[in-house]
Amino acid sequence: MSVRTEEMVLNMGPQHPSTHGVLRLELTLEGEIITKVVPHIGYLHRCFEKHCEVMTYPQIIPYTDRMDYLAAMCNELGFVIGVEKLLAIQVPERVEYIRVIMAELQRIASHLVAIGTYGADIGAFTPFLYCFRDREKILNLFEITCGARLLYNYIWIGGLSHDLHPDFIRLTKEFIREFKPNLRELNNLLTYNKIFIDRTANIGILPLETAINYGVTGPMLRASGLRWDLRKDDSYSIYNKFDFEIPIGEGKMGTIGDSWDRYFVRVREMEESIKIIEQAIEQIPDGDVTAGIPKRIKPVVGHIYSRVENPRGELGYFIISDGSATPFRVKVRAPSFVNLQVLDVLCRGHMVADVIAILGSVDIVLGEVDR
Amino acid sequence: MKSFEEISKLLINQFPSINFEIKSDVKFEPYIIVPPNQIDNVCLFLRDNIDLQFDSLVNLSAVDDFNGEKTKDEQGNDIMKGGTLSLYYHLESIKYRHKILLRVLTDRDNPSVLSVTSVWNSANWHEREAFDLFGINFINHPDLRRILMPYDWEFGHPLRKDYQNPEFYQGMKVPY
Amino acid sequence: MIYDFFYNLTGSALFSGLFVAIMPLLTFILPFALFAVLLERKVAGHIQDRLGPMRVGYHGLLQTVADIIKLIQKEDIIARENDKLLFNIAPVLTFVGSYAAFAVIPFSSIFLGANLDLAIFYIIAVTGLVVVGILMAGWASNNKYSLLGAMRSAAQIVSYEIPTIIVILSIVMITGSMSLMTFSENQTQYFWNWYIFGGPEFNLKKFLLIPFMFVGLIVIYISTLAEVNRTPFDIPEAESELVSGYHTEYSGMKFAIFFLAEYANMFAVSALIATMFFGGYHSPFGYLGNLLNIPWMIPVEQFFWFISKGIFFVFVQMWLRWTLPRLRVDQLMTVSWKYLIPISFVNLLIVGIISLI
Repeated sequence: MSVRTEEMVLNMGPQHPSTHGVLRLELTLEGEIITKVVPHIGYLHRCFEKHCEVMTYPQIIPYTDRMDYLAAMCNELGFVIGVEKLLAIQVPERVEYIRVIMAELQRIASHLVAIGTYGADIGAFTPFLYCFRDREKILNLFEITCGARLLYNYIWIGGLSHDLHPDFIRLTKEFIREFKPNLRELNNLLTYNKIFIDRTANIGILPLETAINYGVTGPMLRASGLRWDLRKDDSYSIYNKFDFEIPIGEGKMGTIGDSWDRYFVRVREMEESIKIIEQAIEQIPDGDVTAGIPKRIKPVVGHIYSRVENPRGELGYFIISDGSATPFRVKVRAPSFVNLQVLDVLCRGHMVADVIAILGSVDIVLGEVDR
Repeated sequence: MKSFEEISKLLINQFPSINFEIKSDVKFEPYIIVPPNQIDNVCLFLRDNIDLQFDSLVNLSAVDDFNGEKTKDEQGNDIMKGGTLSLYYHLESIKYRHKILLRVLTDRDNPSVLSVTSVWNSANWHEREAFDLFGINFINHPDLRRILMPYDWEFGHPLRKDYQNPEFYQGMKVPY
Repeated sequence: MIYDFFYNLTGSALFSGLFVAIMPLLTFILPFALFAVLLERKVAGHIQDRLGPMRVGYHGLLQTVADIIKLIQKEDIIARENDKLLFNIAPVLTFVGSYAAFAVIPFSSIFLGANLDLAIFYIIAVTGLVVVGILMAGWASNNKYSLLGAMRSAAQIVSYEIPTIIVILSIVMITGSMSLMTFSENQTQYFWNWYIFGGPEFNLKKFLLIPFMFVGLIVIYISTLAEVNRTPFDIPEAESELVSGYHTEYSGMKFAIFFLAEYANMFAVSALIATMFFGGYHSPFGYLGNLLNIPWMIPVEQFFWFISKGIFFVFVQMWLRWTLPRLRVDQLMTVSWKYLIPISFVNLLIVGIISLI
């Protein structure tokens, strides 16, 4: 008599402490091993692209914030760069420097959330709070500049909404001075912790060929070994004036492209962002940030695809303009949307507890998956 | 790194039977129009050719061109008959750093395009989204179903320009 | 001892038995649980660079009282498909499993529930009830996640009992008795008489034993962490994976009983470790009562020392919880079967050889 074994379908439903938002994962299990993962999305769909067809270009900017709400500055930057190319205007240099500083601070804040929540998913609750303590300082910097902590509406077409606060540079230098030893403490506590390495090394290995074929970008692609970063390879704004490195995954604790590599690439990227901010603060010129804002925004007929390096990957805006004050079509290529497809390939053959580890290392934000 | 003219020349040489339309004077990116029933062969060639190696599909957008004739249907709503829906494929080669934009035109009333999921797996969800929001049917797609709207949404495809919201969905009032 | 005291007082076996059963609960476990919940939250807060509860009472001291009042007045939700009998009995069984161990733990030289000759044996037997309670809770919740959590927990507790028992065996071999009172009595006077430093007799055996006692302490500390389901072994209640595991479906007072059971269990194993390795209720330096010639103060001091040692080990357990991440289920099993059991076996062998000297 043989024992009948069935596959169990387990639902990690839309409400779950670890799925980083409203994501529904349908796992097909054989015992504790996973045979298939089907993600179901759409719980946070807010019709961003349909709204864009009836709003004017400046009115769209607050809506772009709300897609990836943890990296709002980078969202705005992508959209604004596209529209500025359509209008063929050039912004003053001070504006470019401030945009770069804000984008890099936002990158650090977003990676702190990713790292903190990843640790919390694995069970280490303390690094989560340490990361959020440092993120509070960054949010304070944003608050004194534009008044908002999470969703800013700061980067406008042709310029910025406010100039830097007079204390901003001094507070940023203080933040950098306090952040570097905190980063070392975080590394001691979490990154090189044996239990953490056992949970994340050799889990969810993404080979490079698969990554490129699935359209994966951002820290996930860099962790698989390819040194591809839009700030260097398709440079926008004034990133070519700064000297920074692109960290890639080297398989230090396991294989190249496993979850530990994805996590470690993010930690290293925070260090590189600090370098960029330090250089930008040294070189920033004076000027007027609101001078270049055009009174009427009516681009010529045409289309453009502008892309920026979001903390999660490549964020692209395909804007088609028909000559009027509202765009004809805006399509957003969200990095988390594309990165989430590869979850099925990553999770095969692992256990249920590993799904959480893998999902945390992919680092999705449901706001931009669903738009 | 190849320029737009070189890539178009390679394409025309490879597929003499296909009538490509090369649009090189549009703002701000030139594109090539490919017929919808040949798009998967073209894409396979673009990916595998040794000089081109477009190994990454960056973006796949569907656009409602809104170029048919405006009429009214039975309930008196404005709808559009005829015209086209377009699909824009942004391709990039990580090895050679060149990019290209392809465009596919298909009928608005019965849109159907061959799927490129077998060439690049990232097209899977992009095409599902185009199906969900525009109604474009992708032949040979492994799993074509709605992705952002609820699975039982039977009131059409929301991102078309002549889309009307229904009154009620499963007992809930839709517009508020 | 307390039993004998009350029997002599009243002459009724029933009444004295009842009193012995209730007294540790009222005088110790409930106040300790009150204190432990607050301690956990404050320790967690300070390790995480924040303050913890600060508003209720002075610096949050009355927080647990507020929590208890909240839990008592909550609605007791029982889903329709749950097995009512098992659902209701499960928290009780879990609590009984950890509570019954307090009957034989000597809090001071006169404060002891019952002086059993087979105290250790009794403790090991009775803590097995916890497994039954957890399995019942997981099954009766009618919830796949709870069932997964309960099965994992049962496997974990059963696997980690083995290293615990083997280390206990090594101490029993040195002492020659299974009674906890004898353990405590043997480690009198000064701290170098404690078993962690080899025992009360000052000879070669004592010095040879010291490293193996330390190894035994580490093995048993890790194993008992797994027995009480604390991080890094808290897979059964892993919040981020199983949404609270086997006690997901419990609300109100039943949940409070699970909570109480966890803290009582934590203290029971800490007390066990303190008794076996660190001298039980004896003070490290000698008694103030001896110094000032007040003999009745000595048991009070012993009580104080015992509680301090127990709370210290509970504090270390909490410290570990908030520092380390969680082990995965198969890694948990690997640690027990492939590392702890061989180490404890070898330890037992060597201690046995040394004790023959």
